[in-house]
Amino acid sequence: MSVAGHFGYWATVFLMMAGLFIVISRGNLVKKLVGLSIFQSSVYLLYIVPGKLVGGTVPIVGEGFTVYSNPLPHVLILTAIVVGVATLALGLAIVVRIREAYGTIEEDDLLAADARAD
Amino acid sequence: MIETPGIAALFVMLAAVAVAVARQRNLFGVVVLTGTYSFLMATALAALDAADVAMTEAAVGAGISTVLFLGALNLVGSLESKPMERPWIPLVLSLFTGMLLVYGTYGLPAFSDPHAPIHTHVVPRYLQEGLAETGVPNIVTAVLASYRGYDTLGETTVVFTAGIGVITLLRRRRKKKEEGGS
Repeated sequence: MSVAGHFGYWATVFLMMAGLFIVISRGNLVKKLVGLSIFQSSVYLLYIVPGKLVGGTVPIVGEGFTVYSNPLPHVLILTAIVVGVATLALGLAIVVRIREAYGTIEEDDLLAADARAD
Repeated sequence: MIETPGIAALFVMLAAVAVAVARQRNLFGVVVLTGTYSFLMATALAALDAADVAMTEAAVGAGISTVLFLGALNLVGSLESKPMERPWIPLVLSLFTGMLLVYGTYGLPAFSDPHAPIHTHVVPRYLQEGLAETGVPNIVTAVLASYRGYDTLGETTVVFTAGIGVITLLRRRRKKKEEGGS
């Protein structure tokens, strides 16, 4: 069990936890969405890092190359990036609507406004 | 081997930017830092031989996402988030979850192990037969458009649905504004 062999996983876990921390500790909805996208991009690393082969090359078949990094995670993450930006756009549209309905995007102010309405 | 220390350095920079994002309270600053983060992520992905993913991340993550965030900030009109109350509970929770995940990584194969299951199943066939079967030298494209074409169809469905959602949400807004104006 070497540090070099698992450093990539630990960096991924650190980014993931930074994203989780931002999502649950910050009440501002835009900040929460930023945390969510950091969490999401840590998942890119979770998939891409195990697919890398040191000494390998980009998986485009050409003469003179025999070792290629794993192309399958790349395909899955391409899909994830595009879906990620779609959900981000939807999330931001909801934030804009919430701001118009409540006049704030801070979570505790929103909860207070809801409590007053009840 | 220069490759591995370079990748490790990029990971450290990514971690530093993530911490800066968590500490920054000015939302405009947060969005700019997120753009930096995405470009660093694109560089790290290029270093990890994921050229297609790196290009997509640079275009979509650093480009479109930043534009979306800036547009939303313009509409929301608030540039400062409140300071954290009780940051300790989320911090302890994240650290605990992180430790569990690090414990989990001890069950995973080491970095760049050619005998790891990820490199020995399915993919060797794509690499050997992909060019002959699809005629595309870029195996990522071959898998995306041919072998796993249904995934891409599903992705398009998700993007379409999200687009409908955004239009529905923002159209109600415009209608209201027109009514309010007249």
